[in-house]
Amino acid sequence: MNAAAISVSITLGIVAVGATIGFLAGVRRKMDLEQWTVGGRGFGALLMFLLMAGEVYTTFAFLGASGWSYSRGGPALYILAYLTLSYVVSFFILPAIWEVGRKYGMQTQSDFFIRRYGSNYLAGFVCVVGIAAFIPYLQLQLTGVGIIVSIASFGGISRTLAMAIAAVLLVAFVFASGIRAVAWISVVKDALMLIAAVAIGIGVPLIHFGGIGPMFAALAHARPGHLTMPGATANLGHSWFISTVLLTSLGNYMWPHNFGAAFTAKSADTLRRNAVVMPLYSLTLVFIFFAGFASILVVPGLANGDLALLTAVRQSFPPWFLGVIGGAGALTAMVPAAIFILSAATLFSKNFYRPVFAPEMTDDQVARLARAAVVMLGLISLGLAIYSSTTLVSLLLTGYAGVTQFFPGVVLGLFWRRVTTSAVFVGLVSGVVVAALLMLSHRDPLFGLSAGFLALCLNFLLVVFGSLLTPARIVDTAKRPEALEPWPAIQ
Amino acid sequence: MLGLIPFGAMCFSVPLWDRVDPTIMGVPFNLFWLTSWIVLTPVCLWSAYRIEATRNRPGGTVP
Repeated sequence: MNAAAISVSITLGIVAVGATIGFLAGVRRKMDLEQWTVGGRGFGALLMFLLMAGEVYTTFAFLGASGWSYSRGGPALYILAYLTLSYVVSFFILPAIWEVGRKYGMQTQSDFFIRRYGSNYLAGFVCVVGIAAFIPYLQLQLTGVGIIVSIASFGGISRTLAMAIAAVLLVAFVFASGIRAVAWISVVKDALMLIAAVAIGIGVPLIHFGGIGPMFAALAHARPGHLTMPGATANLGHSWFISTVLLTSLGNYMWPHNFGAAFTAKSADTLRRNAVVMPLYSLTLVFIFFAGFASILVVPGLANGDLALLTAVRQSFPPWFLGVIGGAGALTAMVPAAIFILSAATLFSKNFYRPVFAPEMTDDQVARLARAAVVMLGLISLGLAIYSSTTLVSLLLTGYAGVTQFFPGVVLGLFWRRVTTSAVFVGLVSGVVVAALLMLSHRDPLFGLSAGFLALCLNFLLVVFGSLLTPARIVDTAKRPEALEPWPAIQ
Repeated sequence: MLGLIPFGAMCFSVPLWDRVDPTIMGVPFNLFWLTSWIVLTPVCLWSAYRIEATRNRPGGTVP
């Protein structure tokens, strides 16, 4: 067998094993809507840990982080900071979310908005923004699989074909097993990812430079300035770093799936303990950074930084190892993609379609519609992944700019009784519009600050002042007596 | 409040630690700094967890 055949067959083998585990996880369980989306709310600490880890360490961490350290240098470090800090945020807000979730039987983020603010329009808008933000994120994962398989096959399998295969597998196992599939594939994927990251991070510098220290010394000599901010970019300096880290660390748990993951935990305590240990998991990323920086000198001059990591691996290791890395990488893309597709489909059918178009639908019908939506979303993001080309990090930041706008509504909703529906609505809409306008007109970053962050500030101010100016819930409670329920008694 | 320490260390103070020298164990200072805070953050959160646990026990109120 030649090198391409060896590496690509190992990659595909690993993907096949992962997908099989996914299918088996759902066999012999009756899948009603709650089982399918939140696993019957019975995940213990271990499964929960794996699930959350699976969601955070996406192909973005694998290829995007190394890609940015390759092409941009210093600014890529924001990834280490924001991941760690997002767990700090989760430590304080997730238990509170879980508490109200259990009390009112919530499954999704929109359930939260409906209960708290009593407005189907607000919740519907949250859904639309959430789904819209998922699409670049899904596209990111599929693009990642495409890159991985085409490099692992030495160009033998085209990127488009690889993305199509991945999309089909993905839709199939989500369709069959729901969230349980995802949690168990995470187990395989995380083990592989850990081994791969450490091996690459130490191996690539060792083979080409004789160690990590000499590698950085050579790099600092060859490209002075690359290792600090703004690195190889013109405008990603310290203020950009601060604003982006804030935007993304506050926003991480505003993603509908991360938010929803809080509901799958057994207790609020599980979530707290999780938040304590999760940052350690980002240590893996440090090794990815080593590899990303090393590949600047190993494979210089690539047009797309996202290709850097695997190209460097291909030049440094035997083909079978490239195959293992490829398999780990492909699963790393597919696990999160499965979660995104699942959450987006649930959002669409349960929280958007049913309340707006067909209030008489039964839960069974909703579950069927959600499965149909899985197929539809798979196709849409596959189409986008084939026809567009942006770097992985930019795709991610686009999604973040959208979902972080939920932050004021969620956090003030939990901890501040005075906040009103109309204020949250106004803040959210203007935040989303400003973020979208700035990004579409390529004004990001503006004044050295990340566009999503500026939008978030505006949003926050509007919510706070709006709430103080509008009368507190009097109108709401008269029309909707159930809204009077002593909502968050969380002190 | 313990939650603010990592934010200060990893985010707002970036101009103070964003440099290559001194390299520690061959790693540029900024990367080393962030890495050590990845390890220190759980320590902060764990302390917060302990404090919260002791505070809630006597009253037995909302966790």
